Amino acid sequence: MAMNAVDIERMIKESLPGAKVEIRDLAGDGNHYAANVVSAAFKGKSRIQQHQMVYAALKGRMGGELHALALQTGVPEE
Amino acid sequence: MTDINTWIDDVVKSNDVVLFMKGNAQMPMCGFSGRAIQILSHLGVPFKDVNVLESEELRQGVKAYTNWPTIPQLYIKGEFVGGSDIMMEMFQSGELKAMLDEKGVPVQA
Repeated sequence: MAMNAVDIERMIKESLPGAKVEIRDLAGDGNHYAANVVSAAFKGKSRIQQHQMVYAALKGRMGGELHALALQTGVPEE
Repeated sequence: MTDINTWIDDVVKSNDVVLFMKGNAQMPMCGFSGRAIQILSHLGVPFKDVNVLESEELRQGVKAYTNWPTIPQLYIKGEFVGGSDIMMEMFQSGELKAMLDEKGVPVQA
C-alpha cells in the first residue's frame, strides 16, 4: 500500500492548521517520502512531541501503509 | 503492564544505550535502521541492538511502549530519544554526543 503526497500534506494540514508542509517523494515509488513541517503549534514542544503530533495527524498510517516518512519539524522564524 | 511491556522496560532500563531496529548491528534490514547504526558507530558508543523482526509481538510492543509508530528507536538511560530523523539532527548538531556526555555514557570517539 502507498499514499500519495497530496493526501499526506492534506492530513497534516487538517491536523495542524496554518502549517507549512513540504513533501518530497524520495524514491519516486510513492512509498518513501520526506516531509518538512513548520508550524506555530510546535512552539515549546520537544522534537519527540513535534514528530508525535505529525504522526498523530496521519492517524495510524505511519508505520503501516506509509512505510517511510523522513521527518523534519520546526517552528516558524519570527 | 503486559509481559512484552515489562520486557522492553527492563531492557531500556538495564542498558545505557538501546536501539530497537530492523535486523542487527551487523546487518540492518532497513535504511533507517542502517543510518541509526552508522551514527552510533561513528560516535563510538557501545549499545545494545534489539531486532524487532524476531517477534511481531515485540515489534508492536515497542511502538506502543512510547507511542511512536516507527523503527528504529533509540533509548539512552531508559529515556526515549527519538527515531532516525531525530538521531540524525541531534548527531549533526552535536546534541547527541552532548546528551551521552551529560548522562555519563562513555564514548570512544
